[in-house]
Amino acid sequence: MASVTYRHVWKKFGDFVALHDLDIEIADKEFLVLVGPSGCGKTTALRCLAGLEEVTQGQVLIGDTVVNDVAPKDRDIAMVFQSYALYPHMTVFDNMAFGLKLRKVPKAEIKRRVEEAAQTLGIEHLLKRKPRELSGGQRQRVAVGRAIVREPKVFLFDEPLSNLDAKLRVQTRAEISKLHQRLQTTFIYVTHDQVEAMTMATRIAVMNKGILQQLDTPQNLYDKPDNLFVAGFIGSPAMNFSDAHLRRDNGGLYVVADDNSFTVRIPEERVPVYMPHAGKKVIFGIRPEDIHNPEFAPPGIHAAPVECKVDVTELMGNEIFLYLVSGRNSFVARVDPRTRFAVGDRVQVVFNMDNFHIFDPSVDAENPKAIR
Amino acid sequence: MSDKPRSFKRQRLISGLLVNGVLVLICLLWLIPTIGVFVTSFRNSEDIFRSGWWTVFPHKAWVKTAEIKIPAEVDVNGPIQIEGVTSTFEELRNGITLPDGRKLTWFGNKRTRLVVVEEKKWVWFDINLTFDNYKNVLTGKEIRFKDASGNEIVRKGNDLGGAFLNSIAVTVPSTIIPILIAAFAAYGFAWLNFPGRKFFFTIVVALLVVPLQIALVPILQDYTRLNLNGTYLAMWLAHTGFGLPLAIYLLFNYISTLPRDLLESAFIDGASNFTIFTKLILPLSVPALASFAIFQFLWVWNDYLVALVFLGDKNRVVTSALAAIVGEKGQDWHLLTAGAFISMVLPLSVFFALQRYFVRGLLAGSVKG
Repeated sequence: MASVTYRHVWKKFGDFVALHDLDIEIADKEFLVLVGPSGCGKTTALRCLAGLEEVTQGQVLIGDTVVNDVAPKDRDIAMVFQSYALYPHMTVFDNMAFGLKLRKVPKAEIKRRVEEAAQTLGIEHLLKRKPRELSGGQRQRVAVGRAIVREPKVFLFDEPLSNLDAKLRVQTRAEISKLHQRLQTTFIYVTHDQVEAMTMATRIAVMNKGILQQLDTPQNLYDKPDNLFVAGFIGSPAMNFSDAHLRRDNGGLYVVADDNSFTVRIPEERVPVYMPHAGKKVIFGIRPEDIHNPEFAPPGIHAAPVECKVDVTELMGNEIFLYLVSGRNSFVARVDPRTRFAVGDRVQVVFNMDNFHIFDPSVDAENPKAIR
Repeated sequence: MSDKPRSFKRQRLISGLLVNGVLVLICLLWLIPTIGVFVTSFRNSEDIFRSGWWTVFPHKAWVKTAEIKIPAEVDVNGPIQIEGVTSTFEELRNGITLPDGRKLTWFGNKRTRLVVVEEKKWVWFDINLTFDNYKNVLTGKEIRFKDASGNEIVRKGNDLGGAFLNSIAVTVPSTIIPILIAAFAAYGFAWLNFPGRKFFFTIVVALLVVPLQIALVPILQDYTRLNLNGTYLAMWLAHTGFGLPLAIYLLFNYISTLPRDLLESAFIDGASNFTIFTKLILPLSVPALASFAIFQFLWVWNDYLVALVFLGDKNRVVTSALAAIVGEKGQDWHLLTAGAFISMVLPLSVFFALQRYFVRGLLAGSVKG
């Protein structure tokens, strides 16, 4: 059991900066998910912690110990690789026992631990098989089992589900969460899949281009993204963005699209936050589920009507995805399945102005900060 | 519409026949001389020089069935009547065919008055085959055999049995030593970070183009100074040196394709580089190791030049012994063919034992899984 700390960690490969001043504190027994697009440095961060890469600058701590110069085997960590990295010429039992044998754990103890872990994962009948005789899901379990038997302080997972099919992925996701609850150990999990991050993590670190974008609980990340990148990355379908500006009018504050295709009023209680930015260019963001068909909009919301043309409709059964066009802006809306909009219709939808996001592009045009 | 699939089927059939036909042809071209050598090795010297090896197989041949003595009162200079046919001596000398298919041939000169009657008959496996050639070739003691003209020859045997053991003594360590060194080196070049890695590897690969003939004389001089000439150690060192560049290159290509995750996982599991090498790299590289082992084994076993230069006549190996077996006039075919087959036994069995790896090893790195 241990906390993990990245203290101003930099990692450079030649001129390429893979980690840009990464500063994270991970509490003991936390399930932290590092998420981001490929090449964002999340795997590098994990490998620096595992000791497979040396950090260029800064410190990595496990517990209270700086482990920069500690060999991987002495860091008391276990890692599950994306490819599972099972030893192909060994049986499942030997695969799981390998690390213990090298640590000179007594034979009886090895047997006990391996069998216990196998039972936990439901692979006790596979112990005598070779990895090539196993299915993808079984291999994945063996890889997890190999980590469990070591009883490490920290578990590292490097995209362990990306080689599984969709159904198995959902199932295994839940199992890993359960495993975390049972083992009561620090888990650090790398994925590019924001759904995995949202469902499993106690906290999520969103990374992009080697820079930590936001570190928060899944709910906060979803509700209050710090910047445009996080807002666009978390949530599926992604948040809709449009170039707009804030206009003061008749005592109210309005978001006006740059092409004047829509004007929505900001609710009274949120006006003070945005007032200082009145008249300035902003980026307006709204999530697909906050765009409603007026017929089925929940009562009591601050509904702001917007005229659109329906471009594409996708029936999902429990909901409909509408691809809407309004001027030069396009929106995805997630509306009630009773909606009967046809492609090409000019329709009116409402934005739920209780949940919207405004980003200020004046400081950082590439990744505008949220105004709160 | 309906004849389209049929034509496709036919096309496949034709191309299949073509491919298999060519393969059969190639196999025959290679096999026929080998079978010839094999058969010859069981025939005695007289037979070898009288008829071809293929005569051991069933075939139709003229077989002597009877002799006719021409009575003394018949004038051999005039027309002669035998078996109801009239002919002259000259015609009989060339052989005449009777209407029933038999052939009459005058034997020797006019005074013999002997005519041989032959009939075309099937000849089965009644040619005398013998294991004596093998016995004679293997032993180092005195041997005796009849040569092509039927003279009894007595001489010392070629002791191919001893040469065979010498060859094993040279070949086995000359195969194992380079593999061991090369596997270590290949792992280092593939997975360890050390300064000059690329530089040294380039040099190793560059060594592939150095022909060994260039090195023979300098090495011989060194061996003379070190008093190593004619020893097994000299051969082991020479073959190790000549074999290493290819061995390192082949094994490097294989070992560097092993997944990085595997080694890292072992690293985190607590394995040292040496443990990773012995517990992971070696077991996983068996196909590559085996394929190189076959290469090196066959090359050393069949090597004549290096053995001739460094071993000379001391501890003679099979190839040197074979060169001596054929006799000063190249007349002892029966011994040479038997010796050739003995020298083939071990490489053939090694090849068939490991051929599974041979094919896989040649594909090493090019195909996944």
